Amino acid sequence: MIAQQIAFGILAATMVLASWRLVTTKNVVHAGLLLAVVLAGVAGIFVLLAAEYVAVVQVLVYIGAVVVILLFGTMLTRARIGEDVGLDNDQRWLAAIVSLFLLGVIGTILWQGFRHAGGDGKIHPGALVRASDVSDTLFGPYGIPFEVASVLLLAALVGAVAIARRD
Amino acid sequence: MYLVEFLMLSAVLFCFGVYGVLARKNGVLVLMSIELMLNAVNINLVAFGAFHGGAIGQSFALFVIAVAAAEVGVGIAIILLIFRNRASVDLDEVDLMRG
Repeated sequence: MIAQQIAFGILAATMVLASWRLVTTKNVVHAGLLLAVVLAGVAGIFVLLAAEYVAVVQVLVYIGAVVVILLFGTMLTRARIGEDVGLDNDQRWLAAIVSLFLLGVIGTILWQGFRHAGGDGKIHPGALVRASDVSDTLFGPYGIPFEVASVLLLAALVGAVAIARRD
Repeated sequence: MYLVEFLMLSAVLFCFGVYGVLARKNGVLVLMSIELMLNAVNINLVAFGAFHGGAIGQSFALFVIAVAAAEVGVGIAIILLIFRNRASVDLDEVDLMRG
């Protein structure tokens, strides 16, 4: 349990630092690479929670595809290599106030509501959830939503091509 | 491991994402901040799934990942179109609906 606690601390500190830099950095390419760090941290958190299948999907889909798409977008929109000044708008202080207020509200509610959830508030690694259990859920009771998700992906793919093509 | 640790981490990531969406005016950076918020939600789903047992939390996280992949594809297409029409991805300049 101690080892998991230490791993969680390291992962959480890395992710918070990287996401802070992600929303404040002046370099678009650095922002994309910091996003990859945060996503890898999320995959580590999934491994800590014994959700290894979701962790692998996270690495494949997010780090493998989404970050690459975003870096392609950075390249195709001809972002400056290096520091750029015009990345933030002038509502920055308002945005900071709003997000701090939101953090206060969400944090207070979650802390009060789930500190002692289920008695001691600890996650007890009970029956191990295997990948086969996840697939039984996906293809059993959630079969129709799964098919809807695949239609959604197809529609998004066709839509993206239709929007971005040059006529 | 306490459940509330994971919830707090995800709340912090979500609020950084909100700050990024509100304060950035480069379209690609706004998309990155949205990805940050979606990942915070995924941490919540998987943490609650591990807390209650069973595979439903992980299944919902997989659905969120699929929807996020669809969202980023369409989003980057829209931003490329904005760039092609205006030669910039500055979202403050996209104010066609301002009264």
